[in-house]
Amino acid sequence: MSTLHTVNKSPFERNNLEACLGHAQPGDAILLIEDGVIAALAGGSLEGKMADAAKTFKLFALGPDLAARGLDPARIVAGIKVVDYGGFVDLTAENKAINAWL
Amino acid sequence: MDEMESGIVKKFMFVNRKPPHGTVYALEVLEMVLISAAFDQDVHLAFLDDGVLQIKKGQTPAGIGVKNFSPTYRALEGYDIEKLYVEAESLAERGLTEDDLLVPVEVISRADMGKLMAEMDVVMTA
Amino acid sequence: MAYTSNGASIEADEEGYLININEWNEELAGQIAKDEGITMTPEHWEVINFLREYYQEYQIAPAVRVLTKAIAKKMGPDKGNNKYLYELFPYGPGKQACKIGGLPKPTGCV
Repeated sequence: MSTLHTVNKSPFERNNLEACLGHAQPGDAILLIEDGVIAALAGGSLEGKMADAAKTFKLFALGPDLAARGLDPARIVAGIKVVDYGGFVDLTAENKAINAWL
Repeated sequence: MDEMESGIVKKFMFVNRKPPHGTVYALEVLEMVLISAAFDQDVHLAFLDDGVLQIKKGQTPAGIGVKNFSPTYRALEGYDIEKLYVEAESLAERGLTEDDLLVPVEVISRADMGKLMAEMDVVMTA
Repeated sequence: MAYTSNGASIEADEEGYLININEWNEELAGQIAKDEGITMTPEHWEVINFLREYYQEYQIAPAVRVLTKAIAKKMGPDKGNNKYLYELFPYGPGKQACKIGGLPKPTGCV
């Protein structure tokens, strides 16, 4: 059974995304929430890293947090799926444990 | 205060580095900027690092239960605060361009931003 | 504190500014104005409506200086000046008009 990781800080400000990617196991789900959704932006300096991560992990971004920041779901890195709060709940139910990288 | 009353104008710069909504920094600085307008100082605003997201178009934070204060940046002009600078590198790192921003700004390089900061009398960064 | 308007209780802070601007209505505005010793005229309404539109657009109540300038731009210098606005709202066009209009106290106003 896999783990759901949540990352809630901007990758430009803190290293919790980095730490999460370094410890998560292949097949784990990683959900970007709050300022963590900034990591999903396409066309920036993190695109390569995120596209690579999408090959190993199941990547998600929380839709309401993207919308809050004016980030268009059509302009996020390919391979990151947008979920709503219901999807967040489904992910917690589908995974054995949750690891919140704060 | 005495200096302000005697009409000495200083160069102030508020440097925004934090993204909006996740923390209260952006809103707090914005309120400080609006209040600073009352003192008739030479106010400059800089947006760099994640701070560029503060003036991203299309913010709709109703879904996370937060007030949308992004339209307030458009009120700054009425407060005679018109010197807004955005760091080019910060936009590029986030896959953004000047078209993504909701107010008119001057986009400058990181090197020029550093020089501009050095010209200020007072710099406040959050 | 709270107001009662059209049979509903409407919450306000200790100074009388509404907690939820969406609960505002014109009857309530008249009531708050009366508490402030103001009889509403078309000239008062013109300023209140202008303030509410400004708030809709920018999500803040403007400082008096900014309000005066903006009114001058839209309605001309006869109305966009301190004398005219203070005659309508003697305790301050920002403070008093915002309260009557159901808006929060202007930022930077003590």
